[in-house]
Amino acid sequence: MNKQPFTGKPLSRLEGHQKVTGSAKYAGEYEAEDLLYGYVVNSTITKGKIISIDKSEANKLEGIVEIFTHENRPSTGWFDFQYADMDAPPGTVFKPLKDNDIKYNGQPIALVVATTFEMARYAAYLIKVTYKEEEFTTDLKANYKLAREPKKGLASMLKPPPPKPTGDFEKAYKTSFVHHEGIFNHGTENHNPLEMFATTVIYEGKNKLKIYDKTQGTINSQLYVANVFGLKMKNVQVIAPFVGGAFGSGLRPQYQLFMAVMASLKLKRNVRVTLDRAQMYTFGHRPPTLQYTKFGANANGKVNAINHKAIGETSQFEDYVEVVVNWSAMLYPAENTLLEHKLVPLDVYTPLDMRAPGGSTGMHAIEITMDELAYQLNLDPLELRLINYSEIDKTTGKEYSSKELRACYLKGAEKFGWKERNPKPLSMKRGNKLVGYGMATGIWDANRLLARAQAIMTSDGKVTIKSAVTDIGTGTLTVMTQIAADELGLSIEDVTFLYADSKMPFAPIQGGSFTVATVGPAVKAACKALNKKIFKKAKKIEGSPLEKVKFEEVTFSDGCIIVTNDPKLKCTVQDVFKTNDGKEIKTTNTSMPNPLQYRKKARAVHSAVFVEVEVDETLGIIEVKRAVTAVAAGKIINPKTAESQILGGMIWGIGKALHEETITDHRFGKYMNANLAEYHIPVHADIPELGVLFVDEQDDFVNDLGVKGIGEIGIVGMAPAISNAIFHATGKRINDLPIHFDKLL
Amino acid sequence: MNNFLYSKATDINQAISQIIDGQNNKFIAGGTNINDLLKYFITKADKLVDINSIKDNHDITKINNGGIRIGALVTNADTAYHPIIEERYPLLSKAILAGASAQIRNMATNGGNILQRTRCYYFYDNKTPCNKREPGSGCSALGGYNRIHAILGHSENCIAVFPSDMCVALAALEATINISGSEGERTIDFADFHKLPDETPEIDNNLRKGEIITSIDLPEKGFQNNYSYLKLRDRSSYSFALVSVATGLIIENGTITEARIALGGVAHKPWRVPKAEDFLKGKEPTAINFVAAADLILEGAFGFEHNKFKIELAKKAIVRNSLMALEPEKQRAGAKPSL
Repeated sequence: MNKQPFTGKPLSRLEGHQKVTGSAKYAGEYEAEDLLYGYVVNSTITKGKIISIDKSEANKLEGIVEIFTHENRPSTGWFDFQYADMDAPPGTVFKPLKDNDIKYNGQPIALVVATTFEMARYAAYLIKVTYKEEEFTTDLKANYKLAREPKKGLASMLKPPPPKPTGDFEKAYKTSFVHHEGIFNHGTENHNPLEMFATTVIYEGKNKLKIYDKTQGTINSQLYVANVFGLKMKNVQVIAPFVGGAFGSGLRPQYQLFMAVMASLKLKRNVRVTLDRAQMYTFGHRPPTLQYTKFGANANGKVNAINHKAIGETSQFEDYVEVVVNWSAMLYPAENTLLEHKLVPLDVYTPLDMRAPGGSTGMHAIEITMDELAYQLNLDPLELRLINYSEIDKTTGKEYSSKELRACYLKGAEKFGWKERNPKPLSMKRGNKLVGYGMATGIWDANRLLARAQAIMTSDGKVTIKSAVTDIGTGTLTVMTQIAADELGLSIEDVTFLYADSKMPFAPIQGGSFTVATVGPAVKAACKALNKKIFKKAKKIEGSPLEKVKFEEVTFSDGCIIVTNDPKLKCTVQDVFKTNDGKEIKTTNTSMPNPLQYRKKARAVHSAVFVEVEVDETLGIIEVKRAVTAVAAGKIINPKTAESQILGGMIWGIGKALHEETITDHRFGKYMNANLAEYHIPVHADIPELGVLFVDEQDDFVNDLGVKGIGEIGIVGMAPAISNAIFHATGKRINDLPIHFDKLL
Repeated sequence: MNNFLYSKATDINQAISQIIDGQNNKFIAGGTNINDLLKYFITKADKLVDINSIKDNHDITKINNGGIRIGALVTNADTAYHPIIEERYPLLSKAILAGASAQIRNMATNGGNILQRTRCYYFYDNKTPCNKREPGSGCSALGGYNRIHAILGHSENCIAVFPSDMCVALAALEATINISGSEGERTIDFADFHKLPDETPEIDNNLRKGEIITSIDLPEKGFQNNYSYLKLRDRSSYSFALVSVATGLIIENGTITEARIALGGVAHKPWRVPKAEDFLKGKEPTAINFVAAADLILEGAFGFEHNKFKIELAKKAIVRNSLMALEPEKQRAGAKPSL
């Protein structure tokens, strides 16, 4: 007997051994015959026109095969829609090498293809580009007055615009017992996955390509390539079994994919294009955002007036939108709300979803403002959250499908030891270190989209499941195997999950914390359908003990179909295969939420975060000493990979609070610290003991697995909790991110 | 990068003769800085002379004046963990271990550490003006993002800082640098080795063309009873100092008889002010006296848009580190503030 259920058990990653031993292959590591290497040339100006490109010095080098620019690139799709991917915001998609127009600093303007990477890179350096420069602006703060409403598009489906104002905010705010007004500002942040973006294209004959791509969506890349280059979908196969981190950066096809495919088709050769670290800063990023909050509460702590306004950066060609300001009203049921989100188009590349896009931005402002109200009301910040607890999402008036945030608050506080906190700022000391406790709430969507999955049983009784979904390091492979093994009644060893291949059944891009809730039910449905198929065949066997038994009355276990109430009555899958000539049995199924039902309830995951910091009294040096995050996210399929997701988010939250910033020099319109020495992310020495706990949350509404998603929630509350802890320690309120220690001097 | 010649030197004379036959020849030892500089076209080399196979200069040995000689080719890690260094020159050990990462310290040599280039963003971006990279092109940092830049000894031509931690300790310890060249051997006091940017920011130090560092001598005095290295930075490891301080004190009967204080991360070279050290002589090791010394050290400091805080921070760091030197056993890993 195997040890069902596997779901809920902390299985180690099935591919872990491959990853730690280096045998896992990433997009830029696939070998191919006579492989050519491409290196991209990027613009050194921010705005203007290319006047000329002198390739003469570059062409003199040995091993240079071709240099592509806008002047000699092969013809590609003419229309915007051909370039639009699953995550494209409203606007005009950027088309690499389209013309001589420069829209942002670092724009790809040429591709050198050579027989070695080193030669291609050197040739790229020797290419002399003459520009006609135009005036540009990249500074959000200096241009906030240009803020305008974002365009609406398909993206608005998953990213709803702010709800309409309710009540009378101005009046309510004026008459509130306490109010607080805050201005918040954070700069650009970049995803910085460890693995560079890379694409290896295998030229398999006329207009037929096999593509190893770094992506969060194999079918997204396949669609893009087929549309842009006019290829048949069946002739474009995109494979991405290992992704060395992406965090949103792989939600859109990046320009190395375009470049590698273009070169391969034109040269009829195998081509690889790998970006370097500096080039990793030349596509999407988390947009700098300015935020204004005004919250008012009455004497008993009820928040009755909320104004949250955000001004985000976007490019001149697309309107990138994220949900920044909706969260406060989803959490705190104020009667009078005014929520606004606007954009300023600047001469930069379009921003791109980055872990908890908008949520980590907006909740920072919201949770600091709540902290301020708590001090003014002389209430414990946790108490203030409980006073304003809501079972409904006030932005839609709908009840939550499940919401165990209260348990997160209480259990998190207990594990952390929140009651030891002296409510006064500057009141807790350890030697010459000021000690601060801070807390914050986290919230993120629990969404579900359409997905398909295939289940195939072979005559040995083993089952293979197929889905095009990627595993961006989150544990998708392991979790899907667990789901399938439980549904099939098989051991983990007897189930193989094949994935990350565009030839496999459809899965959407892997983002938004919706993968397990989307692909999981499809896997479950396919497994159930497979069981049914086998059961039907088993009934038809001559003298079958299951002849008069219904499907609901049997249990599948280790290759046996057993009547649940009478285990003596059973049939084996071997018996079934005998009547099936040993042919495999397979089924492909679609799973999606019922569109009529699904919108009847609000769906979200929640967290409560507690942080202790020490701040050196004279030097200002900040150390996060410990943190606890309690999460309510429905059923947790694998507590081990889930905990890793939350830990990763918490660590990123420490980075967001204290370290991360893409430094822009607005005189040049460019990022100055495009490398991992100067773009600071936390190192081991910055990470203290971190505690994660998942509270029980039963949810039969979201999907038949009861799962929500845990990819983003870990980061959301971390930065505000740290800011609040720093205020508690020092009495200094720093709203801007990252918090540099010199601000505490 | 461009194609280049590669040659291997097995003794110092070979190294010198292989380097002087071309304008753009460079030595390579650990390669932890020059490889980046070459790949990003910040530095160009026609030939790399690999000095790792030179037989000498791989050891740490006692010398006649009671001091220690550290080979230029000894790695930073081997230096920091050497029993003599740990016992007699713990200030040097701590400073080295506050720098870079374990992997880099395993590769990087002491000679290379002394010769590393600045980490100024604009120096590393060959699309923006930088007098250090391209003399006469201008200094972008002056009106740009200058959080990590100099507050002392800068010029209108360059406000870059020298990034080493090890050298801050070597300055405090009054090391001397032994050099060989085509014109023979010479020794330079540490204080005279690196230079200020002045009119020639493209030149970091006073090493002449064709010269090579062979070893570093440490005098007998190691300040092993009262020392401390403090490094203040934006994250706890693997980042360069915004301000660092190396302090060595000799205290007899409650009185300071000798004081050494060197600052890192604030100038084009490790920063020492003999006047401040003299001031402390004969005084009690109290916060008040250290505050006065700190004021003397920061005399003439001038900050820019994003780094003015360094002036106040450096003063506070000097005071704290002096107090930390009174209780060196309380030092924390990573040269974090203690007490």
